[in-house]
Amino acid sequence: MAKEIVKVEHLEKFYQKRHVLHDINFSVNEGEVVALLGPSGSGKSTLIRCLNGLEPYQQGEVTFNGEKIVPTEKNWQKIRQKIGMVFQSYDLFPNLTVLDNILLGPVKVQHQSKEAATASAEKLLDQVGLREYENAYPRQLSGGQKQRIAIVRALALNPELMLFDEVTASLDPEMVRGVLNIISNLAQDSNMTMIVVTHEMNFAQQIADRVLFLEDGKILEQTKGSQFFEQPQTDRAKAFLDSMDF
Amino acid sequence: MAHSGINVLFEGRNLIRLFGGLWTTVEIAAVALVLGLILGVVLGVLRTFPSRLLRFVLRLYLEFFRIIPTVVLLFLFYYILPKQMGVNLPANQVATLVFALWTAAEMSDIVRGALISVPKHQRESGMAIGLSRWQLYRYVLIPQAVSLELPATINLVTRVIKTTSLLMLISVMDVINVGQQVVEANNQKYPTGVFWVYGIIFVMYFVIDYPLSWWAKRMDKKRLERANG
Ligand SMILES: Nc1ncnc2c1ncn2[C@@H]1O[C@H](COP(=O)(O)OP(=O)(O)OP(=O)(O)O)[C@@H](O)[C@H]1O
Ligand SMILES: [Mg+2]
Repeated sequence: MAKEIVKVEHLEKFYQKRHVLHDINFSVNEGEVVALLGPSGSGKSTLIRCLNGLEPYQQGEVTFNGEKIVPTEKNWQKIRQKIGMVFQSYDLFPNLTVLDNILLGPVKVQHQSKEAATASAEKLLDQVGLREYENAYPRQLSGGQKQRIAIVRALALNPELMLFDEVTASLDPEMVRGVLNIISNLAQDSNMTMIVVTHEMNFAQQIADRVLFLEDGKILEQTKGSQFFEQPQTDRAKAFLDSMDF
Repeated sequence: MAHSGINVLFEGRNLIRLFGGLWTTVEIAAVALVLGLILGVVLGVLRTFPSRLLRFVLRLYLEFFRIIPTVVLLFLFYYILPKQMGVNLPANQVATLVFALWTAAEMSDIVRGALISVPKHQRESGMAIGLSRWQLYRYVLIPQAVSLELPATINLVTRVIKTTSLLMLISVMDVINVGQQVVEANNQKYPTGVFWVYGIIFVMYFVIDYPLSWWAKRMDKKRLERANG
């Protein structure tokens, strides 16, 4: 049986009085790609942020690699190096060069030697075609380039799980392809386990082993990727796919 | 014939005394600024921590030094506190202490403001790669805050230097105090000497403060240009 990387049980999340996630249950196996889809405001970002402790949750359990997480800041800090996250707004640190952005985690958090970390960083930069920019500052890069670097920065920690939250949503259309290709390659060639929030339905169909469809903070359906886009099980999901012109 | 007033500056050791006074002023300001700015950064960082009690106490500290006029602070620390507590510090040290504490209070506000204006996503990106709180401040937040806060810091420095003109009130032999003595001692011989003495003090303060304030303005302008470009 495949190894379970994350498991979420009965998770409930409130913003003050507002109940935004209701009884969330799912798990993700090693090497699996899960697309988290749903209309705006359905709670996708909130859910994905609960999975690396950026948002506290009020009830429920998250299990990572077979261990139940005791949700203290210290524990989350340790676990986060195993969970890479890339956000919609490509937030490279503007005060550091591209290479230093990438090295910060491996060198300061994981205490890798600078030489070893640099060698792996440069290999990753080669893979995304940005090796020549290692000494540039983020402000000298385009949005697409920044987002590719942000992905490299997360990968440099050798994560066991990657979380992507609408990483192409603020990119110019001609930049989107390159970033999506990197994510596809990661799924296919490196067999990376990941949870992907996206508005790009074609992309989701292409990479998702499974789709979680979220609405109003509830998981309405969990369907195999191949099936979801052809025959969604709920009317809500059907309506959602229609609204996305899919 | 009346002597030309400007000669008051060259009478005896007057000019040397004035520069000596200036040195006292600069020394007090410099030591107070170094101590105050360092303490201010620490307090500013602490004021962004989640502890409400800590934030409240530091906020009180800031308001105390902000609301009470510097003159009153100087009197309080020089005349009143020593009597109550039985300590006796020389005026120069009292002045340095008051200015350092005041600088720290104002600086804490500047640093806090700069830290909280670093976008939230920067903080989260740092947390997402596993940085500890200390590392987050050290490598991400403070370096970005510094470039935001530099103009305000320089403005604070010029304000502190200007305010040192109050030092004479607790009888520190600063440049103003020396100037006053020179004026009084030479009043008979140089009735217009007062203009020259205060004139040169004006020039002294101007020469120190103007480049700083010009620098602050230029940096602010550059930053706006960068932000809009
Ligand atoms: N910091 C916050 N404070 C209060 N409410 C919030 C906060 N963040 C999100 N919400 C609310 O929680 C709900 C879920 O938001 P979330 O951002 O997770 O949705 P989403 O599915 O990611 O939407 P989108 O597709 O627009 O990114 C929304 O109703 C939103 O208004
Ligand atoms: Mg979102």
